Amino acid sequence: MSTTMTDKIPVTVLTGYLGAGKTTLLNRILSEPHGKKYAVIVNEFGEIGIDNDLVVGADEEVFEMNNGCICCTVRGDLIRIIETLMKRKGRFDAIIVETTGLADPAPVAQTFFVDQDVGEKARLDAVVTVADAKWLAARLKDAPEAKNQIAFADVILLNKTDLVSPEELREVEARIRGINPYARLHRTQKCQIPLAEVLDRGAFDLERILEIEPAFLEADDHHHHDHDHECGPGCTHDHHHHGHDQHGHHHHHGGLKHYHDEEMQSVSIAHEGDVDPEKFMPWINDLVQAEGPSILRSKGILAFAKEPKRFVFQGVHMILDGDLQREWRPDEKRVSRIVFIGRNLNEDALRKGFLSCVA
Amino acid sequence: MPAAPVQTLVDRVTTLAFDRFVLKAGFLGDDLLFVFADGGIQLGREAAPLHPHADSILVAAHAGTRLVTGGDDGRVFETGPAGKPAEIGNEKGRWIDAVAIGPEGSAAWSAGKTVTVRDGKGRLKTLTAPSTPQGLAFAPKGFRLAIAHIDGVTLWFPNVDAEPERLTWKGPHLDTSFSPDNRFLITSMQENQLHGWRLADKGHMRMSGYPAKTRSWSWSHDGLWLATSGAEAAIIWPFAKEGPTGKAPRECGIRPAKVTAVAFHPRALVLAIGYEDGWVLLVRLTDASELLVRAGGDGTPITALGWDRDGKRLAFGSESGGAGLLALPV
Repeated sequence: MSTTMTDKIPVTVLTGYLGAGKTTLLNRILSEPHGKKYAVIVNEFGEIGIDNDLVVGADEEVFEMNNGCICCTVRGDLIRIIETLMKRKGRFDAIIVETTGLADPAPVAQTFFVDQDVGEKARLDAVVTVADAKWLAARLKDAPEAKNQIAFADVILLNKTDLVSPEELREVEARIRGINPYARLHRTQKCQIPLAEVLDRGAFDLERILEIEPAFLEADDHHHHDHDHECGPGCTHDHHHHGHDQHGHHHHHGGLKHYHDEEMQSVSIAHEGDVDPEKFMPWINDLVQAEGPSILRSKGILAFAKEPKRFVFQGVHMILDGDLQREWRPDEKRVSRIVFIGRNLNEDALRKGFLSCVA
Repeated sequence: MPAAPVQTLVDRVTTLAFDRFVLKAGFLGDDLLFVFADGGIQLGREAAPLHPHADSILVAAHAGTRLVTGGDDGRVFETGPAGKPAEIGNEKGRWIDAVAIGPEGSAAWSAGKTVTVRDGKGRLKTLTAPSTPQGLAFAPKGFRLAIAHIDGVTLWFPNVDAEPERLTWKGPHLDTSFSPDNRFLITSMQENQLHGWRLADKGHMRMSGYPAKTRSWSWSHDGLWLATSGAEAAIIWPFAKEGPTGKAPRECGIRPAKVTAVAFHPRALVLAIGYEDGWVLLVRLTDASELLVRAGGDGTPITALGWDRDGKRLAFGSESGGAGLLALPV
């Protein structure tokens, strides 16, 4: 009865604050000639609906799991809808969940890890957030939902870039990077983007968590085959933001502003060597139990002592998913690295805790 | 693990193949019945399937000579042995989430938070539930509907002009069922457990320890046992006297595969058990003896099981449309 990753229906979660352009992106996905059929779960029937696709209305019913874990919320309506959709396999190739502008992406993501029946049939592919280049900076100040959506994202479309000056664009990008340096960031107008950048990303697939460097470093490597919607020009150096002065709120590096969000940050900790799984596993489990509500996302690639394979994990709040993956290559440095994105993270405590697990 | 059952009924099974998810298998009156998620209703072995709904059937309930189906077209149909579906409800395109069959020709369904009851004369009454219900069940006595939702169950007398009663227990409740003697109300829950209330004093019962959700259950003909799916055996709770509190359940048909469907024989303490690997067994409660009905078929989970009224035939179906008809030696 084992269902491999590839048999599972991929689910893309589309988030974004009101008016950012989610519906535009959705319509773009549905109308491109990709030959695929989608089941789309929406909260309000708007101006979407392509003959070939299945559109389902949802009611965003979030509930707490009765397991003593306060941040372990799931979408009950999604469980019901996905179970029902799965009885019609073959009718569609992938599922897209559009959330309302004020929604927290966590319950949607957690649904795929917490509900066994859903997890057996469907897999979360990526959280894609559409952000309005003109208004995002203001929303990050007054709308916690907008900040959550940026912090949670695997892919961010910074949309409506034609409505802002280059200076404003750099500013808002720096704000995004201050919260989430790991998401792939694309500049778009009218959400024009190759669909491969949005769909089938495998962002929650342990096999595909290859590196956890900030995305703009990675983007650099791709400059030879890509154009303006990767990270913009100027992103040519390490912005690794831990280790910067926590009190200064922005820095200039070769003309690029670099912000730290007061509330939401990422912390990346690396150890050039092995860690002891006997120490690390209890530490990370206790950490997410205690700090789960403030940790939105976590990821790690670890070299366990006497283990030829890389251990990879990823998490959403208190839920962790980890496994041994491919072997370390002979030419590869055994480096153990973990990253957290969350609210008011205590970087010193995280660093001390992680380094106490060193083998 | 006990040895594989030696007694077999495999040679008394007629194999059927539909290539569609089987939602319900059983008998409508004397006719073999299969209901498919793709919208088809197969009545008898020869007739062409009926397609009353515009597209898929999401939920179905059947009892005796009545079948009620709810579709993603927002419609609710009732079909009898004559094979002429009649529309009994229309929620204008909203998905029908749950249906139930009630006394004297009545039925109930829900779409979103709106619960509708239709009495035998066709009169409709609606109630708004606190959250989207997934399970509806009529009480065995009186015209009363249980509505399972997040944090409890609402008990509604549609013909009585009073506030519905609320039974509270934190967490999402899925399906619900009254015991045949009307003394207990049971729900299945998101957290792999059952909850129950003694209706006389609203006392709570918790039935836990399942590795998966219970999505199929069946009361024995004498009403004293409730068989449930969700573990690597059928878990059978005793409901004599004060119910299962403080008592261990029976575990029947232990195999290294989860039970996905159960159906008690209508006249004897014999339970039909369907598994996630496509196996079907009959187990006699009195001595735990097992009879093999199907050794896996195409290996997809059994999704539906149903006996005829005399308990002489058993129909079953699977997720991929593998199905069969067992005729017991008379």
